[in-house]
Order: sequence, then C-alpha cells, then structure tokens
Amino acid sequence: MKFNKYWLLTLIMFSLAACDKELDREPAQSISEDQALSTDANVKSVLLGAYDGLALDGLFGGNTLRDAELMGADGEIRWVGTFEGPRFVFFHQQIANNAEAENMWLDAYFTINICNNVLGALDVVNDDDREQVEGEARWVRAMAYFQLVRFYGQAYEPGGNNSQLGVPLVLTPTRQIDEASYVTRNTVEECYAQIIDDLTKAKNLLPEENGVQANKFVAAATLARVYLQMGRYADARDQANEVIESGVYSLVSDVASEWNNDDNSSEDIYAVQVSSQDFLEATMVTFYSIPEFGGRDGDIEVQQKHLDLYDPNDARLGLHYDGNAAMRTTKWRDQYRNQPVIRLSEMYLIRAESNARLGTSVGASVDDDFNATHERAGLAPASGVALDDILLERRLELAHEGHRIHDIKRLKGTADGLNWDDDKLLYPIPAREIEVNKNLVQNPGY
Amino acid sequence: MKRFLFTLVIALSALAVSAQRNVSGRVSDLANGEALIGATVLVKGNNSGTITDTEGNFTIAIPNDQAVLIVSYTGYVSAETVVGTQTRLEISMTASSTLMDEVVVIGYGKQIKSTLTGNIAKIGGENLKSMPVVSVEQAMQGQAAGVFVESVNGKVGGAMRVRVRGVGSINAGTEPLYVIDGIPISKDARNTAGAPLNPMADLNFNDVESIEVLKDASAKAIYGARGSNGVVIITTKSGKSGRSRVELDMQVGTSRPTGRREFLNAAEYVELFTEAANNSDDIDGLPYDDPDSWTEFTLGRFSRYSGFNDSWMEKIDRTDWQEQALRTGSLFNSNLSFSGGNEKVRYYASGNWGNTEGILVSNDLEKMGGRLNLDFDATKRLKVGVNLNLARTLTRQVSDDNAFSTPMQLVALAPITPVRDDNGELYDRPVTTYYNGLIDMEDGQRKVFTMRTIANLFADYAFTEHIGLRVEGAGNFYSVRDDAKFGERTDNGNDSRGYGYSAFAGATDWNTNAVLHFDRDFDSHALGFDLGTELFKSEYTRTYVEGEQFPNDDFKTLASAASITAGTSTISEYSFLSYFGRVRYNFDQKYLFSASLRTDGSSRFGKDKRYALFPAMSAGWVLSEEDFLKDNKTLSFLKLRASWGVSGNADIGNFQSLGLYNAGGYNGNSTLNPEQIANPGLTWEKSTETDFGIDFGLFKNRLSGEIDYYIKNTTDLLLEARVPATTGYQDQIQNIGELQNKGVEFTLNTNNFVGKFSWTTSFNIAANKNKVVSLVGGQTLIDDGSNTNVVKVGEPIGVFYGPDYAGVDPQNGDALWYVNETDDNGNIINPEATTNSYDDANFIVLGSPLPDVIYGLDNTLSYGGVTLNIRFQGQAGNEIQNGAGNFMSCGACWFDNQTRDQLDRWQEPGDVTNVPEARLGYGNGEQVRSSRYLSDGSYLRLKNVTLAYDFPSAMFGKVGIRDLRIYVTGTNLLTFTKYEGWDPEVTTDYLASNIIYGVDFYAAPQPKTIVAGFRIGF
Repeated sequence: MKFNKYWLLTLIMFSLAACDKELDREPAQSISEDQALSTDANVKSVLLGAYDGLALDGLFGGNTLRDAELMGADGEIRWVGTFEGPRFVFFHQQIANNAEAENMWLDAYFTINICNNVLGALDVVNDDDREQVEGEARWVRAMAYFQLVRFYGQAYEPGGNNSQLGVPLVLTPTRQIDEASYVTRNTVEECYAQIIDDLTKAKNLLPEENGVQANKFVAAATLARVYLQMGRYADARDQANEVIESGVYSLVSDVASEWNNDDNSSEDIYAVQVSSQDFLEATMVTFYSIPEFGGRDGDIEVQQKHLDLYDPNDARLGLHYDGNAAMRTTKWRDQYRNQPVIRLSEMYLIRAESNARLGTSVGASVDDDFNATHERAGLAPASGVALDDILLERRLELAHEGHRIHDIKRLKGTADGLNWDDDKLLYPIPAREIEVNKNLVQNPGY
Repeated sequence: MKRFLFTLVIALSALAVSAQRNVSGRVSDLANGEALIGATVLVKGNNSGTITDTEGNFTIAIPNDQAVLIVSYTGYVSAETVVGTQTRLEISMTASSTLMDEVVVIGYGKQIKSTLTGNIAKIGGENLKSMPVVSVEQAMQGQAAGVFVESVNGKVGGAMRVRVRGVGSINAGTEPLYVIDGIPISKDARNTAGAPLNPMADLNFNDVESIEVLKDASAKAIYGARGSNGVVIITTKSGKSGRSRVELDMQVGTSRPTGRREFLNAAEYVELFTEAANNSDDIDGLPYDDPDSWTEFTLGRFSRYSGFNDSWMEKIDRTDWQEQALRTGSLFNSNLSFSGGNEKVRYYASGNWGNTEGILVSNDLEKMGGRLNLDFDATKRLKVGVNLNLARTLTRQVSDDNAFSTPMQLVALAPITPVRDDNGELYDRPVTTYYNGLIDMEDGQRKVFTMRTIANLFADYAFTEHIGLRVEGAGNFYSVRDDAKFGERTDNGNDSRGYGYSAFAGATDWNTNAVLHFDRDFDSHALGFDLGTELFKSEYTRTYVEGEQFPNDDFKTLASAASITAGTSTISEYSFLSYFGRVRYNFDQKYLFSASLRTDGSSRFGKDKRYALFPAMSAGWVLSEEDFLKDNKTLSFLKLRASWGVSGNADIGNFQSLGLYNAGGYNGNSTLNPEQIANPGLTWEKSTETDFGIDFGLFKNRLSGEIDYYIKNTTDLLLEARVPATTGYQDQIQNIGELQNKGVEFTLNTNNFVGKFSWTTSFNIAANKNKVVSLVGGQTLIDDGSNTNVVKVGEPIGVFYGPDYAGVDPQNGDALWYVNETDDNGNIINPEATTNSYDDANFIVLGSPLPDVIYGLDNTLSYGGVTLNIRFQGQAGNEIQNGAGNFMSCGACWFDNQTRDQLDRWQEPGDVTNVPEARLGYGNGEQVRSSRYLSDGSYLRLKNVTLAYDFPSAMFGKVGIRDLRIYVTGTNLLTFTKYEGWDPEVTTDYLASNIIYGVDFYAAPQPKTIVAGFRIGF
C-alpha cells in the first residue's frame, strides 16, 4: 500500500518533469533571418521593405525634407511647434544629441542594411529578375547615402579633393556585431563616388517600367540631382535630358493638381506611397498641416518674406492658404496622400540651369525649359532668361520640398546670417553613435 | 515597585476577603473585535485562572474589586485590567507583530519566524484593511523596510512601481515577482493605449491575510529564476472552524489633489509675452511693428487666443485652466465577507464593489470582484481546496502625460482664452494654444475593461505524519478590452469624422507545481526538506482594429465606421520549467541552517543556454537560547543571521535570442524587415546577494526589531547593449555589465504601552546605494539623447546628466552654465568658469532620482474602544526634474502659460535673478536638460490617519451584531517637501522605465483622500 503511494507521487512529479519541450516556443509574428533571405519571394519582400525604409520619417517620410527647409528658412518660414528636435534645427541651436539627427542616422542605416542584405542574397533571386532587384537595391542605397552625406558632411566642392568627412560607407549585410561593425567615416569624395557608382549601375540594370518603384529614369533623375549638387552641370544636364526626352513623364497642366494625390501624377518620377493604411511615417502633413486636415498644430508657418517672392499672379502663390491664423503651404495639406520626392519640373529646371551655365541648349533652349514651369504657373512666357531667373524659378517651383538648404550650400549662400559652410548648417553625428563607436569623429562645432 | 504592589494586593485582599465575587467578560481582538477562543485569564497574585470559551467569554472568581486580571493569548500582547466595580469586562487584545513565534509564509511553505534564516518582511492584513486606495501596493507603501513603492502619478488605477532593495536591472524587469496563494502572477499591463494600468488593482486587498516580502537571497532563491527583484507573497484569507462570521465594510469619501502649481494670470501673461517678443525683435534687429516681427506675431496670437478679438487688452482672467483639469474626486467602497467552517470544511467568501472618481476630470474606476476560498478534508490524509478570485474593473482612462489631450496639459493654455465660445461650444485651436483636452472629455471616451479570474486548485496529502505532498494547479485568466471613440471635434477624430479603436488582449498563465515536504524532529534536531517541480506557461494574444468616418458622434462602436483603417492580431508565448530542493535544519532552535538549489529553464534564452542553477544557503544563531543569555531580563531574543545566494531574472521580451525579420507593408504589398540580430548565447541575468542580519527583542519582546546589511551584485545583465547603428541595428540584448545595490535596513517595533491604553510603534528605514559597475566594454554611458536620466558607470542608474545651470549674467540677462571643462584625468579644471553657450557646457552628473533613504513610521494608539493610527512615509536624497520646464517655466520661450516664478526674469543690466531674460522663440536657458529644472525631491508624508471607534459588543446584547467599528481615514493629508511641482511622488507615466525616475511631465498629483466608514460583524 505504502509502496503504491510513492509510485503515485513519483508519477506526478515526473509527468511534470517530462515537459522540457514546453520550453520550445516559436515567434508567431516573425521569421528567422535565414528564412527571410532564402527564397526569391522572400528576398523581394525584403527589397520592398527597403522602399518602406526610404519612406521612414528619418528619410523621405519627411523629417529630412522638413529640416532642409528649416535649416535654410532664412525668415521665409517659421517653426512654431513644441518638438525640441526641429525647433533647435530651426534656431540653429541643435546639439549632438538632437533627436532629428539621430533619427535620420538610424533610419538611413537601417535602410542601407536592408539593401545590403538584398544585394547579398541575389543568388536566390530568379535569373530573370536578378538585375532588376540589384538595380532597385542600389538605387535605394544611393538615395539613403545621398541624403546622409548632405546632412552630415560638409558640402561637396566642385574641383576640390573633397577629403572632408562624409559618412561611413557600409556595403555588406550585418550578420553579427564584431570588430568590423566599428566603422570609420569615409570622405565626402568617397561617398559621392559610391553614390554615383550605385546609381549608374542601377540605371543600367533597371527596366524602363516598374510601377511606383525605381525604374531606369528614376535612377537617371537621381543622378541628375546628384551631379547638380556636385556642380557637374554637363552630367546633370544629360541625365535630366534623358528623363525628359523619354516622354514617360509630363507636367500636369494645373500646378495644384500635382499635390494631395492618392496616386502618382504624370509628373511624379518618384513619390513615397501613402495611404490611410500606411501613413505613420509620412510626416510632412504632420508638421506642415493643421488638425482640420490631419496635421499636428500647424507647426510650420510661411512668412511674408517668402510670399513676397511670388508674382501676385503666380499660381504657386495660390499653393498657400490661411489656416489656423497663419499662412501655410498646400503641398503638404491633406493626410494619407502620396508625397512626391522627384518631379519632372525639377528635371526641366536642372536642364535649364545647366544649359544656362554651360551656354548650351541640349534638349531645349533655356527659355523654353524655364517657361515650362513658369507658364504653367499662369505667368507670361519669358525670354532672355538669366541664371538668377532660373534659380528664383527653382526656389518657387520647388518651395517647401526639402531642397532649400542644399541649394544654399551649392550656391554658397547664407541662411539666417550663417555662411553656407557654417557648422550649424550640418547635423551632428548622433551623440549615441559617437558614444558607441569610438572610431567616429564628430563634426566640428558639436 | 512590583514587590510593593504585591504586598498591597495581599493586604487589600486580606482586608476585603469577604468581597469575593464572580466577574464575567469577553476577550476579543482589538483590531476586528473577533472573539479570542482559549485565551488564558488569571487573577494577578492568585493561582486561580480560566480559559475563554468559543464565544470568547469567561467567568472568574475575584477576591475583591482591586483584583487585576491578566489575559494572555499566543500572538497577542498580554493585557492587565483592574476589575473595580465592574461585573462584566470587555477586554481587547492587541495582536503583536513582534513576537517571535509568529508564523510567516515562505516560498512553498511556512515557517516560525524565530527559526527563519532569511529576511522576510511581513505585513498583516489588518494593516491593509479599509484603506481607501485602489491597489494592494498602494496599501503597502511605507510598511516594509527596503520596499520602495511609488504611484507613478495620481491617475486612478495607474501603474505602480515596487522595488525591493533598489533597482536590480538596467533593461530587464525590476518589479518583484508576485505570488498569490502560491501562484506566480505576471504583472504586465495589457491595455493598448494611454498610460499603463495596474493589473494588481484586480486584487481586493481586504481579502488579504498577509503579505510577505522575501528580500534576501536565501528567502527568495527558492523562486530562483524569477526572484532577483524580490518576491511578494500574498496570502488570502481562509475560513476557520467554528462559528461563522459575516462582515460588512462600507466607506465613502472624497479626494482632492495634494498640490497645485501657480501660473500666470491674464495681465501677467500679456506683460511677459509682450516683453519676450520685444526682446526677440531686438535680437533680430526688427522694428516691433514689422509684419514679420515677433511682436506683431505675438499681438496676433493674443487676439487669436482671445477668440479673435481684443478682449485680451482688458487683461481679465478668462480661465484658470488648472482648475479645469482638476476636480474634487469621490469614492465609495464596500466589502462583504463570509467565513467559517466545521471540522471538515472551511470557507471564506467575499464580494466587493467600489467606485473611485479621480481628481482628474473624466478619470474613474469602478471595480467589482469576488473571492471564494474553500478547503476540505476529503480524508484524514487528504485535504483539497480551491481559491477563486474573480474581478472586473472598468477604468475611464485619460491619455498619457505626453498627450495634448491629457487633462494636466490644459495648464499650457492661455489665461486670456475662454473655455467656451458664445454658443457654448468648447474652444479649440486656433483659439486655444494647443488642443483643448476638454473636448476629449466631452466628445470622446476611453474605456478599459479588465476581467480577471485566478483559479487555484490544490491538494495536500499526508503520507505519514512527517511526509506530505502538495500539488497545485492554477490558471490566471486576464483579459483587457480597450474601447475608445473620439468624435468629430476631438484631436483624434477631427480630420476623419470620428475615430475609434477596439483592442482585446488576453493573457493566460498556467502554473502547476508539486512539492514533497518532509519535517521531523529527532530529539533536539529538527530536519526538513522540500523537493519540487514547477511549470509556468504564459500565452498572450491581442487583436486590434481601428476605424474612421462615423455617421455622427452618437455611434460609439466600430460597426458604424465606414472606413476600417487598421487591424491586427498577435500571439506570443513563453514558459519556465523548474526543479528545486531545500533543506532546513536546526539544533535545539538555536543553530539554524537552510540551503536550497533550484534550476530553471526559460524559453526566452538560446537553446543551449536555457537552464541555470540558483543555489542559496543561510545560517542563524539564536543567542538568546544560549545559557549565558537565556535568563537575561533585558534581552529576550537575539538572533544573528547570514545568507548568500544567487537568483535570476528573465524578465525580458520573448524571442530575444533569435535573429528575426518581421512583416510590414508598403503600398499594399507585404514587406519583410530586419527586426533583431541573433544572440544565440543569451542567458539568465543573475544576482548574487549576501545578507547579514540581527533580529532582537528586548523587555519580553515589547521592543523588537531587525537590522540587515546586504550587498547584491547583478551580473550578466540582460542589457540592451547599444551597437553602432551603421550596422542597421540599434541594440542587441547581451549578457553584459554589472549593477550593484547595497544597503542597510532597520525595523523597530515597540509596544510603548500595553493595557487599557495601548500604544504601538512600528518604524522602518532603509538606505540603498545603487551603482552601475560596468557596461558593454569601453562604453561608460547610455544616453538616449532626449532624456536627462542616463546610465553611467560608477553612478546610480538613471542619474540626471547634463549641463549645470549657473544662473543669469547680470549684464545681459543671458542664461549661464558652468563650463566644467575637464583635464585628461577627468578633473574639472575651473569649476567657476561659466558660459552663455549651452553647447560649450560639459555634461556632469547633476543628481539622482533614486532616494538614498526610504522610511515609514506607524503609530497605533488605543484607549477603550478608540483607536488612532497614524502612519508617515517618506524618502530623502533624490532629485526631481520638471521635464516640462522648457514649456511652462522657460521665460516665455513659447506661448505655453508660464509658472509664476518666471516673473522674476532679468529685465535690465544689474538685475540679479535666477530667471534669464524672456525671449520668445529663441528661448534663453530653456533647454530642459540642465540643473535649472531639477529640485530636491525629498518628502515626508502623512500617509494615513485612521480614527476608529469599536462599540463594546455588550451593547448589542442578543441583536446578533458581534462587533461594530466606525472610522474615519485620511490619506496623504500632509506632504512636507521642497518640490515646487504638484507632488513629489512622481514619474511621468509615458516615460517611466528602469532608467527614468523622478521626471514630472504634466503628471497628475496624488489624491488627498478622506473617507468615513463602518465595519460591522455578525
């Protein structure tokens, strides 16, 4: 009898003890890294994730476009919001721990690592699609690096050796954290070389048609923008010319209809896709718009100084509205709308500026390219257009779109009394990154 | 004296020998009026004595009216009563918390306190009963040495933070393990939005028999893996054989905020902001009337904030927005319990209902619950039982402190702004500076329903007199439903014709354990061992859906949303498997030893690193049992204790050891995104703790206490090690780094007076020193950039780190900071040097949010039926940051209404002040990360005062009422602090973490509550 009781006891104890397999638990919302990079379909999903990365708020979701305008505000717009990060950028008081500077760094390298992973897994992609997948990953990577090098590295100087520090070039996927993870900054020259290499390859690999994702002309348009920033006007002109000549894109007739669209317009070369299901990282509306349209509190107001730049009849003056007791841009008014990143009008203006500087008329005359956007804005066609006219036209046509500070630097101008190469017209390398990686050198002034 | 009394009694009794008569009476517990059965009643100086019956009654012959009765009862302080002319006596006895033969609950068992070798703090249920608070932790505050309890703010049902012996981890959990009736309960808040709610609010603390906090390694190591942050064992009441008892407790009360801040009135607002705008125009060199000038801009804003008119010029206060956010709250609680049993079955059943209206507008909590504890002697050897707890809580929540819609952020709005327009509609932007949170109250709702069932079945089988087996199986079923709807006027719903979401989260914990007990005395040797195994499994599921476009504001559920904008469902699981053993031995109750060993496996770690071993051992020496002290008149008890042990922490997210990709979407197609980088070697965080203690009792234990010194080293920290972001990842959970807590604890309990007037005092104080010993190789700092709290090697976790504010330059009104430039050895070169450039100021440690000392002082006085309990609680040595200083106290740097201290701003050369020149937009010393916004956070609080009267039971005769108590209780009535904010017990809810303490960001103050109630027993 007693013997039996102990057996019962032992049985109970061991029935519990036999449950070691209870410790095997699998995640339900995630898959392993190996799985993610093992099949054609999965790698393509990872690639699409790179586009999502590009749409993060720290990249073209908007904050870096916004900050390019805030840094170069020069009294034309005013930050009136409560967020400290953009506020300090606006007042040129940002310090090393600035949240915006950190956010961009994190989002850009997150996206770059995705691209590197895709590029490292090309052998599992179907033969037919391999070139395209490679081209897209290279284009996304170049977009991220171009944004990085302009915000963290001193401006590219045409003709200079550009040995000033840019950002670390990481070109292989991260599999583990080791010595190699502690990278150093490459020079601005090296960064631009890498960007051009990626974009040139991408342009050759990509098809002419690819939905809302990168195609051959998206790569060409990006190259045009990069060359312009470098002051390589002939290259910029030729790339812009190729995009215009392709006939794939056309200017919309009414400039207002270029904005607040659910789908890409005929003018959009590349746009961040936003919908009511996928909008959280799209922040242009958040900061530029007002609650009525889904914005925050209307954190950015347009000042009279900016409005005075327009001809009273300029349709683009009409792209401003009085909302919550201040003037604001309609470009970023409605929530859940696509955010154009590269538009055809920019290509006309690049070609016009480059032709004007070089004294050429590749593709079209300077006057014709100038008038493409000028006339569309409801203004009389101009003739004998000078470089300054083009630069003002560019400023008005591309206002509030994240070009301002980069143009000020390219043109060696000033913003709020600061010279184009002032330390405060750069982001700091994020304080967290300096603390973690002792191999990184901080920007001067931080 | 004694001899004199003795002689006197003899003499008097000789004189009055003919006066011999009988006197009868009843002996009861002072606290609850329950009869004490079997208490000994003696006539002093006489041999005659008797024992109370099952009703607590006795009859005894006394020699004369001068006779003194001595009543004694185990666990109570002996009482002496002079009979006088009375014929019936009511004798109330005070339970003694100081007696060494008290039984305490330990992990998987019970033990007599005098034979304990570990450190366990016990809080009796009587000390929790009828407290007008929501959760059990609030009721515990200040009652146990070394147990830090903090309400993160004054929102009803909001999160609580409990730290036993300091903060024990940097990134893994720091909350103690809660074990309710033997079952570990996970304490994660599961509400979807708003501030985290406190799941412990579902436990009715009136059902609690006792709370034991296991503090040192030897006490908690039996919970091995999950014990490193201490273990809180909550034991609920069970029935006792004998006459059944019904008790009803009802209370009603009111509450107000503990503190208020002073803000600018309309005239001051207009004056300060005009001045600030002028100053900024001076910087820009713009004339004040330039259309783009700050001054014109500000005048435009004044008009806007007045409702687009010039009424601001009248400088009349339109609204005191603070008063719009706060209100007088109310509460009602009721509790009904039944208990009793016979030889075979014992039961305790209770039901409770309570409603608390908080001090913040539209913040309420209604709770309802029931409990059934039943145990049953199935056979002579087998006892089975069930503990069942059911609870439903409905919280009307307000958003977290960081939202414009949270009531406390109303203080940012301008005093020149009226609350409503001429049509009676609430003003919103652009008239209000920011979103008017009152719209949320009027046109939105945020309800959180929680349902919880804890069911525990157990069986005790006695194989022999000495060997027993206890098997338990339990389920903790916890569900939380968040239902929110925001109408067309709200911030959430105004761009989408209303917005709503509904989330359902369900967590189920399963626990089974079996423990074999052996206990046997061989002459003077007492030997015991326990051998057990435990399996814990937790599943968590959540579904969520949100939608927009409602026909109108009357529709509250998503069925009426024309557009469903998001939906998701997730599942997650984890499990623990454990085996443990413990040996206890004592010789003659004099030399005590205990050792335990536990091994735990967790699904959370790398496959090869799942299991870890947690040993502990301890010893005690009861010196007072030794011959040389045995008859000592003064020292009645003295024990030395020492313990050492290792416990673990696995309180991190699930699946952290794996390299993972998660799914997302872009343009309607699914994406795969890198989520985390693999760390296959991930394993347990371990704490090694050594404790030395002394337990003592003096004067027949009328004065008793404990002194402990401990040192706890946490190694292999489960650290979110930051990695270069250039890898594409920001951090990786690694076992790296070390954290140390060391401290002393002192507890003293005294029975200052016993007898008719009794006075007991209980005092506890603990000092803890926390230090981050090391982090990832080479890194000395974890600084998230936006917050001032950092982790810095050599400093306590969460120290405030930033530039040290140096006041104002009297010449130009610029804010100054100390440069604090250091040489190569890290020494500050010129401590007096200042700069007006925030950039140029070096960061230094500015203070710690963790208190050096926490303490509690409890006094209970009683006379006749009147009892007065006064409890103080406090802490010292910590700093608090006004995290919203850069908004509300920034010298009008933006249009938020300012605290009145900003009126002391610098205005002209020569002004000596601590508030810089006001500059709109530009700001001036407004960077929140500096010592400017830090202040001393020490406080002393009158935590609880209760005045109660127990009617003598004789009064009720045969009505059936056994006892009746009426009482008035006040909590947080007085707070002594230098902190200028609302309340020093604060950490803003949206930031609260292991690292972030002591940050006030529009956090709601604590409630000051007064209730009146009664308790009646039948």
